[in-house]
Amino acid sequence: MFILVAGGGKVGSNLARTLLRGGHEVAIVEQRRDHWEALEEEFEHRAILGDATELFVLERAGIARPPDLVVAVTGDDEDNMVICQMARDHYGAKKVIARVNDPRNQVHFDLLGISATVSATQSIMAMIEHEVPEHELIHLLELRKENLEIVEVQITKDSPSAGKHVASLKLPVGSRLISVMRDGQHEIPDPETKLEPGDQVLAILETGKEDELRRVLLKK
Amino acid sequence: MVGCGRVGSKVAKKLAKSGWDVTAIDEAEEALGRLGEDWPGGFIVGHGMDVKVLRDAGIEDADAVVVATNGDNTNIVVGQVAQKRFGIDCTVVRILDPARAELYSTLGLRVVCPTSSAIDVLTDAVKSCSIRPRAAAKAG
Repeated sequence: MFILVAGGGKVGSNLARTLLRGGHEVAIVEQRRDHWEALEEEFEHRAILGDATELFVLERAGIARPPDLVVAVTGDDEDNMVICQMARDHYGAKKVIARVNDPRNQVHFDLLGISATVSATQSIMAMIEHEVPEHELIHLLELRKENLEIVEVQITKDSPSAGKHVASLKLPVGSRLISVMRDGQHEIPDPETKLEPGDQVLAILETGKEDELRRVLLKK
Repeated sequence: MVGCGRVGSKVAKKLAKSGWDVTAIDEAEEALGRLGEDWPGGFIVGHGMDVKVLRDAGIEDADAVVVATNGDNTNIVVGQVAQKRFGIDCTVVRILDPARAELYSTLGLRVVCPTSSAIDVLTDAVKSCSIRPRAAAKAG
């Protein structure tokens, strides 16, 4: 694949190195001269000096071919959005991936239809949720495009759902239980499955239904 | 009015003078000073990328939004937020880079590019000196 990496900081340079080792063709754009000089020593002609939101810089890096993939990992969210938007909508890049620096800007990436996005803060938060039990409902996977997510909940003896059959639970519309793990054994639940304290339950649901689901399965 | 610098503050003042109810947003509190002591409109300190700041400034009730911060890419994104998220048709965005200005006007933004205007004005000013280029003078 031909991959254009915009932003030659820690993330960008490590990506470029890994991709090159994987046999891909890479161009990496960095606007700070001192950073670019270090990149040029390693990546030679593949390192391009300039602002990756300038069209002539992107064109020098090969945007017009267009690349199979454009990865925008600068430290500036507006820049990453504009790079992805121009790459996709103007040059016809097949796929774009953007780094989200400030998770509060995620809504803007979504508004502009830029996916996939990667946010270190959000990834670490997801791990914290996984480690800290009082969060109760753990986000395992977000299918942003489909507006769905997969969550995990732990049934306790105080949970209103403990001891009940799946059929008798008033699960919110747009949600479904997809797996019950008990004593290390997975089961795909059917209406007859009875939930018990200690069960780890996976559910798929529409984004925004978490509170309803939590109420049905967990709330004392 | 998102961005209350030299340009934004003057646009805000001109619009207020002609009867518009204007609220300006700027990251720097000092920017309020550019609006003068008799500024009749609103002023919010904050960043245009912050949806809460836009709401506090009354974007949900706005008829028009002008985006003129000192960052082209910030303007491009905030302009699209105003247009697409808040549905404001009259969203005017300043973009200094002529290349991005042209690209984004084809993508549906109402773009003003002062650099392009300056290029035209400067070229016309030279032409208006009624001196012909030397190569043309030799040939003719």
